Amino acid sequence: MALVEIEVNGKNMSSEVEERQLLVHFLRDDLNLTGTHVGCDTSQCGACVIHLNGNAVKSCSMLTVQANNASITTIEGLADGDKLHPVQEAFRENHGLQCGFCTPGMIMAAVDIIKRKPNLNEKIVREELEGNLCRCTGYQNIVKSILAAANKV
Amino acid sequence: MKFAVGQPVRRVEDTRLITGKGKFTDDLKLPNTAHGIFVRSPYAHANISSINFEEALKMPGVVDIYTGEKLKSEGLKHMSVIDFLQNKDGSPMNASKRPILATGKVRHVGDPVVFVVAESMNQALDASELIEIDYDELPCVIDTGKALNSDSPLLFDEFGTNSAVDWEAGSEKEWSDVEEKAHHISKVDLVNNRIVVNPIEPRSATSDFNKDDDRFTVYVESQGSHAMRERLAGSIGVEEKNVKVVTNDVGGGFGLKMMCFPEYIATMFASRALNRPVKWTSTRSEAFLSDSQGRDHVTEASIAMDKEGNFLGVKVDTVAAVGAYLSQYGIFIPTLAGAGMHVGVYKIPVLYNTVNVVYTNTVPVDAYRGAGRPEASYVIERLVDKAADDLGMDPLQLRIKNFVQTEDIGKHEGAILPLDSCDFQKTTEMSIVNSSYDGFAKRKENSKLDNKLKGIGISYYIERTQGEGAENSRVVVSGEGSVKVFAGTQSTGQGHETAWTQILVEKLGVNPEDVSVHFGNSDDLPGGGGTGGSKSLYMAAGAINDASNIMLKKGIEIAANELEASVDDVEYTTDSGPLFQVKGTNRNIDLYSVARLAEGQSNTQILDGESVYEHKDPTFPNGCHICELSIDKETGRIEIDNYSATDDFGKIINPLLVAGQVHGGIVQGLGQAMGEHALYEEETGQLINGSFMDYHMPRADEFPEFDLDFNQDAECTTNTLGAKGCGEAGTVASTTAYVNAIYDALSEYDFNELDMPITPMKIWKIINGIN
Repeated sequence: MALVEIEVNGKNMSSEVEERQLLVHFLRDDLNLTGTHVGCDTSQCGACVIHLNGNAVKSCSMLTVQANNASITTIEGLADGDKLHPVQEAFRENHGLQCGFCTPGMIMAAVDIIKRKPNLNEKIVREELEGNLCRCTGYQNIVKSILAAANKV
Repeated sequence: MKFAVGQPVRRVEDTRLITGKGKFTDDLKLPNTAHGIFVRSPYAHANISSINFEEALKMPGVVDIYTGEKLKSEGLKHMSVIDFLQNKDGSPMNASKRPILATGKVRHVGDPVVFVVAESMNQALDASELIEIDYDELPCVIDTGKALNSDSPLLFDEFGTNSAVDWEAGSEKEWSDVEEKAHHISKVDLVNNRIVVNPIEPRSATSDFNKDDDRFTVYVESQGSHAMRERLAGSIGVEEKNVKVVTNDVGGGFGLKMMCFPEYIATMFASRALNRPVKWTSTRSEAFLSDSQGRDHVTEASIAMDKEGNFLGVKVDTVAAVGAYLSQYGIFIPTLAGAGMHVGVYKIPVLYNTVNVVYTNTVPVDAYRGAGRPEASYVIERLVDKAADDLGMDPLQLRIKNFVQTEDIGKHEGAILPLDSCDFQKTTEMSIVNSSYDGFAKRKENSKLDNKLKGIGISYYIERTQGEGAENSRVVVSGEGSVKVFAGTQSTGQGHETAWTQILVEKLGVNPEDVSVHFGNSDDLPGGGGTGGSKSLYMAAGAINDASNIMLKKGIEIAANELEASVDDVEYTTDSGPLFQVKGTNRNIDLYSVARLAEGQSNTQILDGESVYEHKDPTFPNGCHICELSIDKETGRIEIDNYSATDDFGKIINPLLVAGQVHGGIVQGLGQAMGEHALYEEETGQLINGSFMDYHMPRADEFPEFDLDFNQDAECTTNTLGAKGCGEAGTVASTTAYVNAIYDALSEYDFNELDMPITPMKIWKIINGIN
């Protein structure tokens, strides 16, 4: 077991974790932050995307111990209290989700895309979503949501 | 009226899903839960000679380990499936018995053999590595087309064949007559490739047996908790009243999540044996080896025509794989689910269809979005294009010439589909405009300058949504000012909470904020039809409407008493709020006050209504999808330039949700045409592309923005909404539109059939004359 100190959604916490534990399981199983999902075991689907020190990462592809001393934001910590983040708002407004399983990862990835790419267009958004799979929406309204949010952020 | 039928209202379920507060099955953590994992067969076909788990049992945290023999000795039999079909000679079908855990023999890679239960998942995994299973490998059969060969190994010796059923529909004699008088017959040989369903949420189940009331609670994904309850109870061997199913948020279904799987029964068995909750969650790698897969047909089809190009008849001979065992609806999908659909939207008097459903050493095959209907549509829409090519006719004109016309409705001659409404002509005309079809020749000419091969493909699809069935609902009005709607349907992403709210708001005139929709708990209603076959909207609407009427009847009696009027003089009106009113007066009492009165009458009385709505007719959603694409001559790379979908779903309840269903459906259909394919190695039966690294899941950058339009003129006449089911339509349509466009683009090259998935490599070979 190893001791880690991690800030999650603004709260500092220290925990004893198994060295082999993946970060996504720390969030889901130890902290009960079940908004971050596991959709594959090869780091392709992106359902587990969170922000680690402000950057989007797939929490299934790193160990909890590697996140020691880091600051993490999960989907549960994205909104400002009751006020939704503009990307969350845009997904709702544009029907950017159906089953909602890929959605937390999509939204966390989208926030990162908008931050990194100042002049977004449809083509760029579609390319940037390479690491996020959705089986329900055909991506059309996800792309629309991200473009709408980019104009507001 | 805010939130009424027809409006593109935003979804009520979204707030929890975009803030991480959705509750999916794997999110559940019951106290004292033990975790199970499955040791699966690494062989496609083998005899199990020994299983040794003594060392594994000593590992830290291990609670117990189960084998198929153990389950058998405790009285467990096999999975409960549909197996009522007969062979065409009247003899019974060869119905395989799918065990919970394999005994004696394994029949596909991934077949579950041992169930290890431990305090944690990692402990179960650690222990599983010490389990020794000796197998004697047997030769396997993978290829659907070879399953019936005399030299192919048999999966079930007792049947003496790999045929599960040799089925037919229509008359062979009628077809021979047509064949004789036909001026021309066009033929196609098609492979409808095997698909891995792949909802992004993997399967999961937590079973919690309660000894005191001898009852299981099973938390599991489903497409209807009552159908799941029936299968779980039947498979574990208890009565339905001893099983409660709870389905929370479901991360995509597509048919897969209707199915009851052996893994669920193993968790139930272990929970009962251990008297504690037992949970299993699939990994994606396991999903590739154990989730039922879709399609997998090998078909030869013919269409007969007269001199003018009028269609006279269609013959379809299919061999369809069901995989290693019958799955829940496995036998139904390639036979009855698509039966009769091969005539499409055309006046085709004769249809003769044979299907041999075969066992192969592959993962079982079952319903996948469309389930039988996309396969049928692919056959007829490829046939029509082939016929047009053979006759030198324009494929659009050949279609129009043979369309069932609106005035033909009700005649139901021969094999023509028994449509209640249609407007194929107008939908096509809209589609021609929407896709700028007439400008294509010019666009093709221009593309030659860029060394591109441009093609355009039409698919006029038709779907038959599920007809006969029943759906349950209960409407409960609370004196506190809220309305609860219970339904037997199950959303797996379609937005039922929103749509059912719209239906209730329209019916009762209440505020949408005061309505909550509930489904997924099998104890809430005595039964439920569930979701599948694109029927939920009209089934739930019927049930909610009936339940509301029963509630209102009760309310009128209470209101009449309160308003000192006779029951006949009181009506319910939504004109100025939800009110019971004495006819022709302004004396009224609002819905919630009546609910409070009901609650005051006794401790048990509430204002509610419950219904079982019975329905017998399917709907026939249809539409014209046109796909335009370009092929790069040097690389064979394909780019979709434009995709135009003009659909007839009758009256639309929420255009936002309908568009979402069409977008997703189109991509699933295109995925099959472009790259999805469960590829098994022929000699060993290993799934070669068993992960998202290898399997071609459609990604955002492969598609343009789709152009959608709706013809709402031909309202459905068999339900009160006038609506036709839209959930599977996109998938039925898009596969063929894409393939037909590829054929069009490659028209100058000489090649035989080009089977899906159509990869750049296959195209490059054709362009370069490589066989």
